[in-house]
Amino acid sequence: MSDLAIRSLSKTFGGVRAVNEVSFDIKRGEFLALIGPNGAGKSTCFNMINGQLPPDSGEILFEGAKLNGKKPRDIWRLGIGRTFQVAATFNSMTVIENVQMALISHANQVYRLWKPASSLHRERALELLAQVGMQDAADRPSRELAYGDVKRVELAIALANDPRLLLMDEPTAGMAPKERNDLIALVKRLVIEKGISVLFTEHSMDVVFAFADRIIVLARGRLIADGDAKSIRDNPQVREVYFGTGKTFQKSGAH
Amino acid sequence: MSFNAFLFQALNGLSAASGLFFVAAGLSLIFGVTRIVNIAHGSLYMIGTYIAYSIATKVGGAVGFWGGIVLTALLVALIGAAIEILLLRRIYKAPELFQLLATFALVLVINDATLWIWGPEDLLGPRAPGLTGSIEVLGRRLPTYDIFLIFVGPFVLWMLHLALAKTRFGRLMRAATQDREMVGALGVNQAMLFTGVFALGALLAGLGGALQIAREPATLATDLIVIGDAFVVVVVGGMGSISGAYLAAVIIAEVKALCIGLGVVNFGGFTVNFSKLTLVAEFLVMAAVLIARPYGLLGREQVAVRSVAEPEEPLRPATAATKIAGLILLVVLVCLPLIAKNSPYTLVLGIDVLIAVLFATSLHFIMGPGGMHSFGHAAYFGLGAYGAALLVKWFAAPMGLALAAAPVLALFGALLFGWFAVRLSGVYLAMLTLAFAQIVWAAVFQWETLTGGSNGVLGVWPSAPFDSRGAFYFLTLALAVLGVFLLRKFLFAPFGYAMRAGRDSPLRAEAIGLDVKRVHWLAFAIAGAVCGIAGGLFAFAKGSISPETIGVSRSIDGLVMVLLGGIQTLTGPIVGASVYAVLQDFMMRSTEYWRALLGGIILLLVLAFPSGIVGGFVKLISRRKTTSKAAS
Repeated sequence: MSDLAIRSLSKTFGGVRAVNEVSFDIKRGEFLALIGPNGAGKSTCFNMINGQLPPDSGEILFEGAKLNGKKPRDIWRLGIGRTFQVAATFNSMTVIENVQMALISHANQVYRLWKPASSLHRERALELLAQVGMQDAADRPSRELAYGDVKRVELAIALANDPRLLLMDEPTAGMAPKERNDLIALVKRLVIEKGISVLFTEHSMDVVFAFADRIIVLARGRLIADGDAKSIRDNPQVREVYFGTGKTFQKSGAH
Repeated sequence: MSFNAFLFQALNGLSAASGLFFVAAGLSLIFGVTRIVNIAHGSLYMIGTYIAYSIATKVGGAVGFWGGIVLTALLVALIGAAIEILLLRRIYKAPELFQLLATFALVLVINDATLWIWGPEDLLGPRAPGLTGSIEVLGRRLPTYDIFLIFVGPFVLWMLHLALAKTRFGRLMRAATQDREMVGALGVNQAMLFTGVFALGALLAGLGGALQIAREPATLATDLIVIGDAFVVVVVGGMGSISGAYLAAVIIAEVKALCIGLGVVNFGGFTVNFSKLTLVAEFLVMAAVLIARPYGLLGREQVAVRSVAEPEEPLRPATAATKIAGLILLVVLVCLPLIAKNSPYTLVLGIDVLIAVLFATSLHFIMGPGGMHSFGHAAYFGLGAYGAALLVKWFAAPMGLALAAAPVLALFGALLFGWFAVRLSGVYLAMLTLAFAQIVWAAVFQWETLTGGSNGVLGVWPSAPFDSRGAFYFLTLALAVLGVFLLRKFLFAPFGYAMRAGRDSPLRAEAIGLDVKRVHWLAFAIAGAVCGIAGGLFAFAKGSISPETIGVSRSIDGLVMVLLGGIQTLTGPIVGASVYAVLQDFMMRSTEYWRALLGGIILLLVLAFPSGIVGGFVKLISRRKTTSKAAS
């Protein structure tokens, strides 16, 4: 059974068809990479799946239920976690409070006015931080963290509602190569342990080819390839969008 | 009203629009580039009227009048430049809105300086030489000077457009309005640019003021009236849009002129006096525009300014030292009636301070952790105060019931206004809250049969057992402590965390299932209700309530208290409110020029503690800690 099914998804900005009739599936427990050059429509695709942008046409189905028109917070409640391209945490809180906030929301305790929030779900929050290796920084202000650590905290936040699907928009953007590998290896381990499906976009091909179960390629809004690492590597169309045809300067060279 | 009379009023409206446009354009330009909401802009306009009056009467003749207008504009531009260089430049790095505190202090200082130089009387300038006559339009006489004013507005608009489009300075200004960090990164001297913009804005204000002396006398009340109108115009037109400012000025002036022109109208039994609706109408227009077009008629969504302020520390429970200090303070407050047995005035002041603390703490609740800068907190104070007072007046309600009704009425007001307000952010939210507060104020002021109009409601005295001053003091103390305690408790609870989450990163908050708008809306309602208690207590403490006690100045007082204490700390508003209330009381009793003195002290505090009194104190301690750590 497929966890997430995308059917003929399209989105137009002015005259640009940012996403054009894109369809794909993610199976339970699959680690799926969405790649493509800049401007291919990856982020637009993402923002439609998590509810930030309404699609012009097409369907997004999660475990058979339609996501179109739902707000990000409702999509989250269905069991879809997400991380952002530019990591977003609550800067006026400590690391553990960031995670606790997500746990409080998951337990529907947001409108409680009495018991201190810092006393709620502390154990579980520490557990989540331990999973991403951040338990030692639990009581530090989150704004003091290095960027790589912020990304890890974000991952812990995203795991707080025990999601069945995780959406990660460029999880390793702005990180050093070593950090990148560690983070994705961590995600991969969690995926296997918890049986979560993951859809992620990524620019580092090392990361993609080393960890992804399957790769789909977007170019100018269209899905041009779908397969495992080897078939994507050998796909002539993928090579063309990444490396060009070599014909761009031929004309001017002939003069 | 006949069609001709209608057209005639429309012409009147156009001439009034020019004056409004000058101030609003200056305000808009300054905000666009420096992100400072310059409350002192109305004061610059006021100085303009006085300087032009002096030149016109001292020099006399056409040279004195027309030359005076030009000279006034230049002089006010110089004053503006001086303000920017001497004061504002030092606090650009202070937290958001802190500059607002500084410009408010300037309002106080400039008002008293004007009083000192020109005296308290209204000064009517000479009529414009060459334009003293009037011509007949539509069967009525229209002064030629008004016709001149009708054309000056669009002319200046055109000149400004040329300047913005064709000159290097204009291009820089437009660039800085869009992204001032990028302009800085490109090597533009920002200091020069900011000074230039401030001078230009001041020049426009001075010009607007100077042109008015032939129509209206120069008075000391001009500053706050003009700044109120200018805010409305800028927000309706769209922040940073000059054409928008002119369009909005015309709309507002026309609506006002129309209300005056309509006068008393009968609607099948109902008599509506439209000339009394001018105040409400202006703010209703603004509220309607903001709800339909949140960024004004010609405005665009503001690019979020990457905050230069220092980020906020995580919330920590009170330390043992803070708890002990709080306990000692509480004991002192409980013993105050005993300590101050021989000076009954101390208790009166004590009640004032406690009410101010409750007011400021409730404002801080939405301003700090909620990130919603309300410029109209007086609305909920007023609803509470009038709710209680009117129950006593019309139904002879006992005090207990009246005091219980105060927060309820304020809660409903806050639920209604807040629902609209949380849909906006930043300056637009501030202005919409201001508009709502003005609607409450104008309704109270002009609905005479219910509220007694400008006379207010009298004879709202506490009933037994609280009819002695000491007993009422204890009641106030108990309610203030309870209110502050509850708000603090809420901030540490999940709800308070959700408020801060929504402020820190709305994107992330929504992505973990938080309904940010709903959380902020409820926060708004809670703050309104607590503020209503302060209002109810105020009515009973004074025995009366009048419109002037719930006007703009009360909203601004609240802002000053919160910013003075420090917006990023929970004890800030308590300290700020106490210091401000005591200072104000002390100075009002000691000197005629108390405004200038108060303004001067605020300026000193702003320069010395850019993060508020408590904020500065906290920083000092943490710095000492780090240096002692480094030493060991």
